Amino acid sequence: MLAFIVRRISLTVPTLIALCFLTFMAIRLVPGDPIEVRRGERGISPERLEFFRHELGLDQPVWKQFLDYVWSLMHGDFGISIISQDSVLHEFLTLFPATVELSLFATLFAVLLGVPAGILAAVKRGSVWDHGIMGVALFGYSMPVFWWGLLLVLFCSVQLDLTPVSGRIDLLFYFEPVTGFMTIDSLLSGQDGAFSSAISHLILPAIVLGTIPLAAIARMTRSSMLEVLEEDYVRTARAKGLPPWRVIGLHALRNALIPVVTTIGLQGGTMLAGAVLTETIFAWPGIGKWLIEAIFRRDYPALQGGVLLISTLLVIVNMSVDILNAAINPRIRHGR
Amino acid sequence: MSLLEIENLTVEFETRSGHLFRAVDRVSLAVDEREIVSIVGESGSGKSVAMLAVMGLLPKTARVSADRLTFAGENLLGLSPSARRSLIGKDIAMIFQEPMSSLNPCFTVGFQIGEALATHLGLGRAARRARSIELLEQVGIPSPESRLDAFPHQLSGGMSQRVMIAMAISCSPKLLIADEPSTALDVTIQAQILDLLVRLRDEQDMALVLITHDMGVVAETAERVVVQYAGRQVEQATTIDLFRDPHHPYTAALLAALPERATGRRLPAIGGMVPGQWDRLAGCVFAPRCGFALPICSTEPPRRAGPELGRALCHTPLVAGRPVALDRSLDGVPA
Repeated sequence: MLAFIVRRISLTVPTLIALCFLTFMAIRLVPGDPIEVRRGERGISPERLEFFRHELGLDQPVWKQFLDYVWSLMHGDFGISIISQDSVLHEFLTLFPATVELSLFATLFAVLLGVPAGILAAVKRGSVWDHGIMGVALFGYSMPVFWWGLLLVLFCSVQLDLTPVSGRIDLLFYFEPVTGFMTIDSLLSGQDGAFSSAISHLILPAIVLGTIPLAAIARMTRSSMLEVLEEDYVRTARAKGLPPWRVIGLHALRNALIPVVTTIGLQGGTMLAGAVLTETIFAWPGIGKWLIEAIFRRDYPALQGGVLLISTLLVIVNMSVDILNAAINPRIRHGR
Repeated sequence: MSLLEIENLTVEFETRSGHLFRAVDRVSLAVDEREIVSIVGESGSGKSVAMLAVMGLLPKTARVSADRLTFAGENLLGLSPSARRSLIGKDIAMIFQEPMSSLNPCFTVGFQIGEALATHLGLGRAARRARSIELLEQVGIPSPESRLDAFPHQLSGGMSQRVMIAMAISCSPKLLIADEPSTALDVTIQAQILDLLVRLRDEQDMALVLITHDMGVVAETAERVVVQYAGRQVEQATTIDLFRDPHHPYTAALLAALPERATGRRLPAIGGMVPGQWDRLAGCVFAPRCGFALPICSTEPPRRAGPELGRALCHTPLVAGRPVALDRSLDGVPA
């Protein structure tokens, strides 16, 4: 198992190098640079334009800029945001827990609902349950995130007044962030009602963000289960006289989970893409909102750093999925 | 009273178009304690389906009916699902054709053997381990202790089948159904597995139903043979009688196709193939491939001959290789 993990980690190095190159190049292909965006409609003199460009190193040839960038990256320096003049890494780390918290709860929502729904649909294949669950899943998968978010806000917050509309916690509460996770920090603060306030702020965004992954997971679980239920070893398990819950929940599910875990991992990318919209709708102070602003303002260092950090995280998530699969499936573990 | 009694077992499958496909048609069979009975036939003759029906392992689309289906005097069709589950895996066990895919790739050998022990006998962890080692030893797996932690993909086909057998006999069943247990294995291993099954029958006092399409396997192991064709039972006899004087033309053709019996340069084969779902005749299902077929064979369903003629399902069963008329009204049959 350890050998597998080491092998898997060493494989991520080339991916990270390629990622670094692509983020750097992609942003420079977009017309306009930070100076042009900032100079406004009145414009500035060519001398000052030249001066600012020189200050940011934008007058250098692109290959030189890239090498400088890689050099500072290798020293752990992600650069300074042009807008906030704050270190990119610091900004990222401040905002990131909010996105992680949201994504985790969304994933939890998607997995806890999606896997059992998929199993039920597979076991009751062709029944009302199957058609119902798959119909709802298709509906959820097709729902545009911003539209779904607004609908939920309208219904749950405005009509029924069940949940707050935006933010991470009521303005009544204030405490210094310790972990950056509002649910944990609110518990640590010991203030009455802080935790339930944090949770009630989290519910709607988590549902919105988790809907597409939920649908994908339910469909994947169903098809994977259907395939596995036909396998010889499931018949063997039944021939042993095992109760149905054990045949389905242990013998079939364990095998069926392999592609499902991969799907869950791949949804990590969808999560971050969805987070950009979800965070905008619910004014959730996370990475998604931050990146959108960085694009509009051509904040090269923030965007490069942010995308690179997120990509790195995705690589890590995918790697964890592989390792988790190896834990479930002995054939992967033994390199076959 | 026999251990397993089957009378007129019929299994039908609902097809997508809403029709019924009859995979097993009025099959009767009795298996005594400690007896080895073989069911022979080509692919698609309903051998496995009939035995899966006994185990209760057919999919929900299957409709099973029988005049009588009892095991040790107990009516299997009348049992509740949970009562039936407490019987299978314990008193009736089954092993399958593909040992490699019949073991769950995600669990160790020890876990999979221990499961039946925990479910049916309620053994604790240590007792399960001890019993599993004993079982692996019994089926001839070297260094059984280290094998308990092996995963199925680390075993060869022969080893996997031995593990399957160990699992099947773990609760000392009274009946073991072996569905082509050696077909997927290479020849030397085949013989070992069959020897093992016969040896276990002697040691464990269990009856053995051996499903196969290999007449050689039948000759070496079985005491009694049932020949099936296209879902119907066409002949039933002791192994000695069957090989000495087959009464159904299909049995005769199967025996003639044995390479050991071939005399010419070409191996004799049965022309054509088993009829499919929609091309079964009104008369005898074997008629299109039968060397002795008469016009009546394709129009009238044959009657069953008496036990002295192996209960052959034929208008003109063979005696010493020559057809004889069961029914006096049949003309044109050489006496």
